[in-house]
This record gives sequence, C-alpha cells and structure tokens, in this order.
Amino acid sequence: MAGLAAAFGSGAMTNSYDDLETAGCFFVIGSNTTACHPLIARRIYRAKERGAKLIVADPRGIQLSNFADLAVNHRLGSDVALLNGMMHCILRNGWEARDYIDSRTEGFAELEAAVADYPPERVQAITGVSVRDIEAMADLYANHGPSALLYAMGITQHTTGVDNVKSCCNLALLCGYVGAAGGGVNPLRGQNNVQGACDMGGLPNVFTGYQPVTVPENVAKFSQAWGRPLSDKPGLTITDMVGAMLGRHIRALYVIGENPKLSDPDWNHLHHALKKLDLLIVQDLFLSETAQIADVILPAAAVAEKDGTFTSSERRCARIHKAVEPVGQALADWEIISRLSSAMGYPMDYAGPSEIFDEMASLTPKSYAGMSYERLGLDGLQWPCPDRDHPGTPILHTQSCARGLGKFHAIAYQDPAEMPDQEYPYFLTTGRMFAHYHTGTMTRISPHLDAEQRRGYVSIHPADASKLDIADGDLLVLASRRGEMEAPARVNANVQPGCLFMPIHFGENPANVLTNAEAYDPLAKIPEFKVSAVRIAKAREASP
Amino acid sequence: MTLKFVPSICSYCGTGCGLLFQVMDGQLVGTLPMKTHPVNQGKLCIKGWNLHEHITSELRLKHPLLNTFGRMTKVGWDDAIGFAADRLKTIVAEHGPDSVGVLVSAKITNEENYLAQKFARAAIGTNNVDHCARL
Repeated sequence: MAGLAAAFGSGAMTNSYDDLETAGCFFVIGSNTTACHPLIARRIYRAKERGAKLIVADPRGIQLSNFADLAVNHRLGSDVALLNGMMHCILRNGWEARDYIDSRTEGFAELEAAVADYPPERVQAITGVSVRDIEAMADLYANHGPSALLYAMGITQHTTGVDNVKSCCNLALLCGYVGAAGGGVNPLRGQNNVQGACDMGGLPNVFTGYQPVTVPENVAKFSQAWGRPLSDKPGLTITDMVGAMLGRHIRALYVIGENPKLSDPDWNHLHHALKKLDLLIVQDLFLSETAQIADVILPAAAVAEKDGTFTSSERRCARIHKAVEPVGQALADWEIISRLSSAMGYPMDYAGPSEIFDEMASLTPKSYAGMSYERLGLDGLQWPCPDRDHPGTPILHTQSCARGLGKFHAIAYQDPAEMPDQEYPYFLTTGRMFAHYHTGTMTRISPHLDAEQRRGYVSIHPADASKLDIADGDLLVLASRRGEMEAPARVNANVQPGCLFMPIHFGENPANVLTNAEAYDPLAKIPEFKVSAVRIAKAREASP
Repeated sequence: MTLKFVPSICSYCGTGCGLLFQVMDGQLVGTLPMKTHPVNQGKLCIKGWNLHEHITSELRLKHPLLNTFGRMTKVGWDDAIGFAADRLKTIVAEHGPDSVGVLVSAKITNEENYLAQKFARAAIGTNNVDHCARL
C-alpha cells in the first residue's frame, strides 16, 4: 500500500484479471498463486497456453515454478537485491523504455545510480540466483512485454516490505509497463475485503477513499457529516497498539471479525498485551483464540446471512445478498455496531446496508461516488467510479499516474532483521496451503477442507533432514528468540537447504510463537512474518 | 420443496469470485460458481466450493456471551451491549478516547467497515482504527 502509493499515487492493483490474460510475460514474485489465489492463477495458465512467458521468483518451489519458463529460488528476504540486479541488466543492455521514462516518470537518475551497484555477480552472492538466470529474467521481463508483475505477502511481510514494493514499481516503470494493458504492478490481497477495509478508512491515518485525517478540510467535512468534532491526530497501527496495551495507554479493544491472537507475530507477546486490557470486546462467527479471552463476545452473521458489498483485489466493488437468516441470535456486524454506538450516546439508525453505502459514497468523491446498489448489479464496478455515468476503471494510470509522474525510488538492499547464526542456524518462513485459509477458523471446521490437511507441519529439505537424522513425520521442536513449539516434519525439496516452511493455519502448531513482533517495516508497520531464525531438534517422542 | 439461488461473493481470498448460495426450504445447502461472473467465469477453487460449510457449522456462536473470571455466561443482546457500552464509557471518561482501539476487519463488508471506523472516530473520538491487512 505505502510503496505503491509513493510510486504511483494509488495503493491498489493497477490492472484487472481480464487484462492479465493479454500480458506477454508474467513475473510472479512472493505469491504462491495456485494455492492462495487459484482463480487468478487460472488466468496465468490461460495466457501461458496462448504463448505468454512466465517468470517465478520464490524462496520455495511452488506449483507455478513447474510451469515457468524460468523459476528461481532467491534467498529469503533478498527481493530488493534480485530486482535491482534485473534492473542493472536491463539498463546495461539498453532494454529500458526511454520515451516513457522521459515523459512519464521522475527520479530516474537516482535509480540508475542505485542499481549501478548491483551487477549480477554481486546479486548472485546475495540471492543465490545465478548470473545467467538474473540476466535471463531481465531479458524475459523487458523483451516479452507487456509484462504483468504479481506479488502477495511474500513481498510485503518483511522489515523491508515497502522497499520491496517500491522495487517492483521501479522495475515496471523502467520498462514502461505502468498504465499499459497487460502490464502493471498487481498486489494480490490475502483476504476478501482487504481492499474494501482500506478504502473504507479502516486505517489510523485516513478517512474513506484515503482522505488523510491530518488535512483540515477533510476533518471539517467528516465532522459536519457525522455531527461530531473529529480528531486530526493519526491513530495507532495494530503493531503500535500492542505496545500501547502493554504500556496501559490502551485500556479497551474492540475487535471485529479478527483473530489477532493467531494472526499476529509473536503470540506470547500479544497474549500478554491482551491480558493487560481492562476491556476486550470480540465480535466474530466463532469462539476464536482471541474470543476465548474476551470479556464480551458478540455473535456475528456470516456472509450468506446479510446484505452488503466487498471490494476485491482488482478494485471491484460487488454485492453480497442475504440468503438465509443468521443462526441463533447472531446479528449482522452493521447492526451490532449500530446498537453499540447508540448505547454509547451516538445514535446510528440505518434502515439497511444500502443507506450506509449511499452515505459512504457521498463522502468518497474520487472512487465510490458513482456507485449505488442499483448500479453494482451482479458484476459490480471497479473504482475509480467518480460519477453516476462512469463505467468504472479496469486499468489505472493509463494517461498519467494518480500522483502525476511515476516516481522511481533508489533502494539499497538490507538484510532481514534476523539472519541465521550459530545459535539459530535455520531460516523459517510461513505461508498458506491450498485448502486452508489464514488462521483456519473458517476452513478447519469445513469437513471437506479439513479432510485435506488436519495437522500443522514444518517442511525441511532432505539434506538438512538427513544431517539431523529426521524422517518424514518425526516430531520436531522449533525454537526462536521468542519461544518454542512443536510440529511434525515434512521432508521435501520444495524448500531450500537451510530454510524451513510452516503453514499458518494450525493453532496447535502456532508458527507465530516463533515469528518476530519487534521486526516490522518502519513505514507500513507490517511485521516480518516471512523471515525468522530458528533452531530445530527432534522431540523425544516420535509423532503418532 | 422450494429451492433458491442467491448471488454472493466468496469471502475467502481477495480474488472476489461470484457465486450462488443454494437454499433449500430455508436451509443453506451448497455453493455454486456463478457462470456469468466476470471474475471467475463459472469456476471456483476448493475453498469457494465449500464456503457454505463454515456458515452452517455447529461451532458458530449463537448467543452473546459475558466472560466473568473465566466463566462464559449466555446473555441477551441488551445486556451484552449495555455492559460493553457502560465499560467503554467509563474507560473513555477516565483515560480519554485514545485509550480505546478498534480493529476493523478485512472479512466484514464495506458498509460494516465504514460504520466501524465511524464508530471509532465519531462515537469514541479516536483515530486508533486499524485492520489486519498488515498481518
């Protein structure tokens, strides 16, 4: 978000799924697309059948790697070096889009100077990717365009997350692919309404449509619309809130549809913080790990039990319709929030979601103003949709970027916060698997999904396994500087030697006991889930 | 027997696939891909095909609960909301609005996210609003 906004002026997927199929080349980095976004992976396969090229860069071997024209496994957290190396090769060969750079971008001289320090020989030493492969990646990306760059949490969940995103933007700008059909920089959102939650002002520094709370006109507009004087002081991010809870500055937390106990880095640290609260209110479908320690638990309606809209990765706002009544006494989240607000002395009295949507649209002029339930129909509309006759926008930045000129950022490579050492000699990374989702609260109770995978595991390379005499299924103890936990071993060569992988879905093998809450991107405040240093040993008892 | 198909959007990942909930005699019994939807063009992944299963799960919360010293007690909505509102009001009065944090969600609707941040900003008076897009 922060990286994209700095480069282009808008923190969203630049292109659309339909448009992806017109790409001449795909560059997928830090996205296990077939497992996490299968219906987007389908577009890649379809384009590939028509002759598009595919480059995959991931620390692990993933399914897409098997179908790629070129698949590389760069060392965990070395994305900036890899991308700088590609740009170095592109410039050295004169493959950059000169006219585009001159007319549509700024900061090129700084970028050129920065990537001059990343000849492929040096990048090979940092990333483990061979000089030949780095040159071939640059060639494929630059010379088989338009190239669509796709990324997910493998790029953002690092201490250098914003730098990683900016480097992706640099690469796309360098070749003139931003604003081009079949090109662009395309973040794939992990949850169904991440885009919508951000668009709706579910962030500490902005109202709806990214209108900053520090701009007096915005505060005046919303204060007037909502009938209360509002604060112009940006609030705390979730990462900072945890610190504020430990320091007793935050006394009450209202958690809606989240299970931070399982999704936050460093489980012990967060558990400690939540225990310090005077009041924890949790609103959810299930008695999640977080709900179990709440003071008040409010049962919410599920997706089929209410009306409303979600906004997808491609900025498409689309309707959900109520199919059945909520179970038991559960209520839609909007009804619960309205009741709580009214009880607090700030009445919210809406006839239904349509009325709420209209109020939001009237306050969000650039992106949602032209939308209404009637116009959304079955297909939805893609923002920006500024007025009632606007058809929506499949590709951003076609004539100029939202901020005017596309901005290059000179980015230097930095090591992850934690590198393996003698005490903690292995890299650990985390991710999802195809049948499960996030903290598992939804998928693990679905019989058909649970049947696919019932237990957590840790993937380890056969070479490491034989060194430690570990067989498939052996129970391992993993320890980091934060804590330790157990999980059965899965021996396979999809991970690199020296690097372990764990899925995040299994509360009884919580990977986030090991991950690092102290290490996060200074700007985006996204924790470094993707890199920790750990040591492993066989547990005494073999796993049943 | 009555069978209804109700259009919706998948609530797993951020792709936004169009689907149809199958409702037989008022019961949610299945999920089908929407043939005409521009995103998924008649396809769904294994999670999408089974979206209804988490909704009909026996493990769903069915009543508001109050947790006093580790004991969960079923209460009515008025009691649950009344308790939460009173405690919040006391905390805001004693420690100021910035002593409250609200975590909105990438799982709930746009309308609900809009109301949740409006609640934090207007009803409580704080910009301490965030969600787990970072996580």
